[in-house]
Amino acid sequence: MKPDNHEWSIEAKSSLVDLKLTEVWAYRDLLILLVRRDFVSFYKQTILGPLWFFIQPLFTTIIFTFIFGNLAGISTDGLPKPLFYMAGITAWNYFADCLTKTSTVFRDNAGIFGKVYFPRLIMPLSIVVSNLVRFGVQMLLFVLLIAYYYFTGANFNMSWAICLFPVVVILMALLGLGTGMIISAMTTKYRDLAFLVSFGVQLLMYATTVIYPLSEAMNKYPKYAWIIKYNPMTPIIETFRFGFLGEGSFSWASLGYATGITLLFLILGIIIFNKVERNFVDTV
Amino acid sequence: MSNVAIRAEDISKAYQLGQIGTGTISRDLERWYARIRGKEDPFLRIGEANDRSSKGSSDIVWSLKDINFEIEQGDAVGIIGRNGAGKSTLLKILSKVTAPTTGKITGKGRIASLLEVGTGFHPELSGRENIFLNGAILGMRKKEIQRKLEEIVDFAGIERYLDTPVKRYSSGMYVRLAFAVAAHLESEILIVDEVLAVGDAEFQKKCLGKMGEVSKGEGRTVLFVSHNMGSIAKLCSNALLLENGQVKLYANTSKTIIEYNRIASLSSGTEYTGIGIIKKIKITSEHNDINYGSSIIISTFFQMDIPISNITLGLVIKDSFGTSLIGVNNRHYQSQPIHETPLKQGVINVKIKNINLIDGNYNIDIFLGNSIIDLEIIENAVSFTVSNSYINKTNHPLDPSINKLFLDNIAWEYEKI
Repeated sequence: MKPDNHEWSIEAKSSLVDLKLTEVWAYRDLLILLVRRDFVSFYKQTILGPLWFFIQPLFTTIIFTFIFGNLAGISTDGLPKPLFYMAGITAWNYFADCLTKTSTVFRDNAGIFGKVYFPRLIMPLSIVVSNLVRFGVQMLLFVLLIAYYYFTGANFNMSWAICLFPVVVILMALLGLGTGMIISAMTTKYRDLAFLVSFGVQLLMYATTVIYPLSEAMNKYPKYAWIIKYNPMTPIIETFRFGFLGEGSFSWASLGYATGITLLFLILGIIIFNKVERNFVDTV
Repeated sequence: MSNVAIRAEDISKAYQLGQIGTGTISRDLERWYARIRGKEDPFLRIGEANDRSSKGSSDIVWSLKDINFEIEQGDAVGIIGRNGAGKSTLLKILSKVTAPTTGKITGKGRIASLLEVGTGFHPELSGRENIFLNGAILGMRKKEIQRKLEEIVDFAGIERYLDTPVKRYSSGMYVRLAFAVAAHLESEILIVDEVLAVGDAEFQKKCLGKMGEVSKGEGRTVLFVSHNMGSIAKLCSNALLLENGQVKLYANTSKTIIEYNRIASLSSGTEYTGIGIIKKIKITSEHNDINYGSSIIISTFFQMDIPISNITLGLVIKDSFGTSLIGVNNRHYQSQPIHETPLKQGVINVKIKNINLIDGNYNIDIFLGNSIIDLEIIENAVSFTVSNSYINKTNHPLDPSINKLFLDNIAWEYEKI
């Protein structure tokens, strides 16, 4: 055993923006193992196994096509309805899962956090990464659907904005992570906010352009559409859709705005998370 | 710092008592307001020492107050104290689970803390997968675990079940596996809470052996919290005695254990404020201290809403290593009951005349019941010290490690065949 004699200190106060990234790096194996745990334990003791990852977006798409597309007759910018909805659902699900899971990270892991120390940031990071794996699997389904419509000659074209796909994914991950960390840190002492999250995320979906295009909202409710427009998830989903399907209100300004908000939430999230992490065990 | 492994300076930790709810937010605001004006936290100022039995006037309690100590590299230190003395809080701070309210700890080397066995085990994953996950949570790298996998499996003795989900394990196997992972951590400082209280006797022995190996053989620093003075004495060279969140004594183990037992027996009886039936237990003798041959009275104060019929009281007297010496129960010693009619409250005094214990520290477990079952059992309810009683008529001192009792009526005679 090689002696490790680095000096350390534990103090009552610590820096708020110190991310301890070297420490997080030292625990990278844990991150991978946690992601693996989430992935494997999800389908253990099931017959369909990983197929379950497909079932949720598939059925949601069918239901949305039926209710919003046919029954309510909301426009889909001329795109095939299932394609339009699945684009929205796949992207939205990734953000929503990151947000809801990170927002309970302290409470869900109080048992582990209360007994052993490792950089707390590992937990929310593992959530974002394991949801990324899930998102990847669901993207596969989306790509299959695109291929199907492409060969049956539906009217849509991928655009150059598809190159922004990695940016869009990172933005969703960071926005979910940042918002989730803020909520998670704020719910260690007062749980009120936790109730808001579960139905708040659902409501937020309706304020994002998941089931309707932004252009439609602007046409019908020009007075209130700013709520939808200033929702940082809207430009992200619009860019996503514009990239893959060639329809959507894309502008650099709105994407820049979404990036700004994401960074703001992320920094705020990190500061609050760092502050709470040290003592939350006493109040959670 | 030359060869100091851990140095704690003025460590304090305040806790808030009671519920957290609507009422607390106003105080949080008040605190925050005080802070932005640069004033001292108004709620910490009125905090008081942590004495669990006396009712305090403030909601803030100091679980630890101005703790200072130094631990040398390679030293094995036992942390002892009564329930609520602050032992676990100290361990939590040392293992970085929670931050101190004030003060600073500095140290050298990697810390591994074992406050619980099997933290982060996932029931659905197999034994092998859990070894890796748990090891990583404790701070091991993957290749480090890989290298030690065989050793860990061997130590736990679960080879056959390695690829079975741990939810199918017996609780004993689960604990074995968990301890095995922790025991193979490579760290300079090892912090262990009373996790050894689980598992069968054989495994406990194995764990203690492993810990002894770690501290003595490999020269690592070990901090060990336990109520079992036997294991403390066996493992640790020095011990830190905490009382009401303060360091009462930090000296060699035997000296500290004696002091611990002295405080425990000095107290005017132990009070129990919970929902239990037993409210207080007190031990008295005709003199101030208890010697060989003293008569002692163990008083148990009880109270219950429903009358207890045919009340029964048993005691087990144990030595400081936790070995039971004798168990007495009124049903074995007297044919008539303690009281004929059902009782709701009162005191039961057990009088023992001429106690024939030699010098040392003893603990008593109390069993209170009716004619059918034990209603309440309190382990280590009271402790007492038998002192300066060198009873023997000769000048040959007794070996305390093999003697607890001294017989009055014993004789050696020679008989010719």
